[in-house]
Amino acid sequence: MQRSKWVLLFLAILGLVLLAACNKKESTEEATTPATGSKPAMAATPIDPATAASISGTVKFDGAAPKAIKIDMSQDPACKGANEAEAVVVNGGNLQNVFVYVKDGLGDRAFDTPATAATIDQSGCRYHPHVLGLQVNQNLEIKNSDPTTHNIHPTPANNREWNESQPPQAAAISKNFAREEIMLPVKCNQHPWMKMYVNVVKNPFYAVTDKDGKYELKGLPPGTYTIAFVHEKMGEQTQSVTVAAKDAKTADISFKQ
Amino acid sequence: MLTASITLFLIVAGALVTSNDAGLSVPDWPTTFGSIYKMPHMVGGVRYEHGHRMVAEFVGLLTIVLAVWTWRRERRRWMRILGVAALGTVITQGILGGLTVIFFLPAPISSAHAAVAQTFFCIAVCIAMFTGKSFVEEAPPVEFDQRKPSLFTLTLLSIFVLYVQLILGAMFRHKGMSWWPHVVNAVVVAFILSWTALRAVTRFGHIAEVRKPALGVIGLMIGQLFLGFMAFLTRVAWGKEAAQPELPMVASTVAHVAVGSLLLATTVVLAIQVWRHVPAAVEERVRTGERSLAT
Repeated sequence: MQRSKWVLLFLAILGLVLLAACNKKESTEEATTPATGSKPAMAATPIDPATAASISGTVKFDGAAPKAIKIDMSQDPACKGANEAEAVVVNGGNLQNVFVYVKDGLGDRAFDTPATAATIDQSGCRYHPHVLGLQVNQNLEIKNSDPTTHNIHPTPANNREWNESQPPQAAAISKNFAREEIMLPVKCNQHPWMKMYVNVVKNPFYAVTDKDGKYELKGLPPGTYTIAFVHEKMGEQTQSVTVAAKDAKTADISFKQ
Repeated sequence: MLTASITLFLIVAGALVTSNDAGLSVPDWPTTFGSIYKMPHMVGGVRYEHGHRMVAEFVGLLTIVLAVWTWRRERRRWMRILGVAALGTVITQGILGGLTVIFFLPAPISSAHAAVAQTFFCIAVCIAMFTGKSFVEEAPPVEFDQRKPSLFTLTLLSIFVLYVQLILGAMFRHKGMSWWPHVVNAVVVAFILSWTALRAVTRFGHIAEVRKPALGVIGLMIGQLFLGFMAFLTRVAWGKEAAQPELPMVASTVAHVAVGSLLLATTVVLAIQVWRHVPAAVEERVRTGERSLAT
């Protein structure tokens, strides 16, 4: 090969490395800066609290509760958390960690981005909560309460991917997600059992079922809504619910494996 | 030989990173948690990822020494070029390793990293063979291969299907492809390798330099098929609901990668020995008129 070709090859490789470095910087910037976009934010449509309705209910699990899957935390002596996976958590036939949200029916309504941040805490080498909901562009604070280093690595389909390490006692990491995405996986590559899901929605009507499988969506304007129930393993189910002013409707559902 | 042995160890270390899903436990590259020299706390995924980086740096250093030594001491020009090629391959491999971290393990880059790793291993094994006493000093017994396709053609075909298999396996492992192309191609690989190795053993078994790698190919292929089956069972069939990589999954996949590397390198050695000892007979057609002229 002629000398000029070697120089070209070297420059190409150098260019690739520089491109990679630039890409990393860009992704960090997007993740840390609120994505205001080029369009001005639409003004929030007010909801009259006097007419606000609510939808609540219980998510059940059909059949015998699956056997809990054990976790082996022995590869890091600093990890002393509960040693069972949280993929399918059933208590007395009620299913925990189901994300419930208004998928459709709000039309063109716009909503303010909440001023308060949603929080993820890493404690006992697990994520708390295991399933989280937040609005588009809402701040997300990630804390590390463990005496070991974690890395937080969301693997989104519709948002920018990032991966940052967080040593013990480090300042909280602040991020946000610019686009709607349901069941966005977050993992720690240092502790491969650490997995959680972030749900990014455009409206404030969402909830995650508690240990009794219960949820509540409050402050809804009267209307007909598609309510989606999403589980990380068992997928999505929907129900159509109509609420009049001040209604308190119940919408129960059940999942089976 | 030292470089080749440590490269195999490096391939095992790399397989451990992937099998333990630890590829991004150190988020930065070329630094580790912002430092070039500081040793991180070697727990969890970090011990696999940083351990792999340390072994890789050592192999890089050995390759520099090897390239410089070859350049200065070797009289064979092609060997000097091979030494430089080894260095170029190891640099490319390092850059691919960095890119895959920076771009969050995209399947094509991670698969290229896996393929170049085994290419480098083959180069290191070849250098060890070419500098060996028997290769340098002994005159090779030569026997012409009359059959078609020739044994040498079969060895080249074996290397080709093994490379395809390597890429399919790496793409599946890095979540860029389903498992079935790798499994289907395993049947093709088993057929071609069996054909090649059996031809070598039955027709040229009396030439030790051909017989030994051919028997190695058969043994490694059987082992590799068994390990592939175990990896499929533990990871695809039984491991779907696992909360984390479990020991049987890790052990079977790492062994599958290591034996796969040995199989590829042994096939390359067989191809070289066949080229050296059993060249294909070339039929030279001479026109009648020319023949009469020649006589």
